[in-house]
Amino acid sequence: MIRRRQVLAGGLAAPFVAKAQARARVVVVGGGFGGATAARFLRRYDPALDVTLLEPNTVFTVCPFSNLVIAGGRDFAAQRFGYDAVRAEGVAVVHAAATTIDTAARTVMAANGTRYPYDRLVLSPGIDIVWSGLAGYDEAAASKMPHAWKAGEQTLLLRRQLEAMPDGGTVVMSVPPNPYRCPPGPYERASLIAWYLTKHKPKSKILVLDAKDAFSKQKLFQAAWKQLYPGLLEWVSLSDGGKVTRVDPASLTFETEFGSHKADVGIVVPPQRAGAIAAGAGVADRSGWCPIDPMTFESRLVPGIHVIGDAAIAGAMPKSAFAANAQAKVCAAAVVSLLNGKKPDEPRLINTCYSLVAPEYGISVAGVYRPANGVLADIEGAGGTSPPDAPAEQRIQEAMFGEQWFATITAEVFG
Amino acid sequence: MNRPTALGLALLLVAAAPPPPGASSCSGCHGGALPLAGREAMQTTETLLAFRSGERPSTVMGRIAKGFDPSELGLIAAWWAAEK
Repeated sequence: MIRRRQVLAGGLAAPFVAKAQARARVVVVGGGFGGATAARFLRRYDPALDVTLLEPNTVFTVCPFSNLVIAGGRDFAAQRFGYDAVRAEGVAVVHAAATTIDTAARTVMAANGTRYPYDRLVLSPGIDIVWSGLAGYDEAAASKMPHAWKAGEQTLLLRRQLEAMPDGGTVVMSVPPNPYRCPPGPYERASLIAWYLTKHKPKSKILVLDAKDAFSKQKLFQAAWKQLYPGLLEWVSLSDGGKVTRVDPASLTFETEFGSHKADVGIVVPPQRAGAIAAGAGVADRSGWCPIDPMTFESRLVPGIHVIGDAAIAGAMPKSAFAANAQAKVCAAAVVSLLNGKKPDEPRLINTCYSLVAPEYGISVAGVYRPANGVLADIEGAGGTSPPDAPAEQRIQEAMFGEQWFATITAEVFG
Repeated sequence: MNRPTALGLALLLVAAAPPPPGASSCSGCHGGALPLAGREAMQTTETLLAFRSGERPSTVMGRIAKGFDPSELGLIAAWWAAEK
């Protein structure tokens, strides 16, 4: 089924032949769920396109399921993917970071010294950490208090710290205000660390200090915590003094307005913004994220640049791998239409996110979205979370569906 | 629009058409163990309608199918039927 879109492309590719320039050029920046998908589907929707993907890593480490690696329930190797299949699709994959974008000349300069011209540019840069966003937290601090919010060495560091922690220790994790990558991610991580502690270090505790009063799938998480991890996992809301104002990496201390908490393992989910290249290109606004036209994902700030995935302000759509993948396909179709002088169709997008509360206890949230009043809006009556009163079998089933989802989406993106 | 008509229309339209609204999202989960490509259109439409009404129990599909009206589901099913 991989080459199936030849049929579609046949109808759209023809107008290019008439153009003075032989092949339209699209550059994609970032080879994660958004960028790798966009590059592949651009080629499928229009095999005449010249598509270049700029991604510094030769092997990409994915975030979904990395919380299970942290908790010792999954191999790190299962998170790692290469780009052979992307190349095989006719995408020129270049392992160099994009450094500067000249929006007037429509070129991307890469760290390898090469300049890549584009007719349209797709940015899928993911997130960067706002190092100035939390007092005491900088790049050096992250080696003491891992964020592990970009999977890779940080994931392994946190795993090692948890393994080294003596029984009876306290894990403390701070959670930032919205928006950030993977809204339910911190709560899944807290759950799976609690699962690990229950099994191996039952005298220990995990404390979640939150800058919010409400979070994704909250009722489901809290009901499961009560059932699975009573007394072991404590969540402190903003109202109860959960907002962390400063961290001290030397003493592993989290300070809040209400007092301070000393950790044996300290995790900081830091404040975030769109990957730096977005601000450099002028497509990020003052919030640090990128406003887009929900019909095409074209930047509201710079024409000819499309932004997808975590970096985009996608209205009601959360910053998830599923969303980035879905947006990439819609964006690829829109880019092909625009390059061929056609009006893009109004899209409909879906998101489905699974979270694990334990390896065999899955919960999900889903949504269906359409452009309304200039943003991607929820379709009323659709979407929502798993039911609160579902039987145990359904939780097992959703954990299994989560795993299947991972296998399918990583095959579509990297396989 | 009744179902067979929607489906007939869909089959005429999809052969050289881009994916109808929503259809490209399906492969985020579907493929591998849960394939949609080449699946008979009427069968997929019936399944989606049963998810939508709640007649067929599901985990997420009921929540997703409610985001589409029956003719939109018919178009999606027909497009996937034509995929290889």
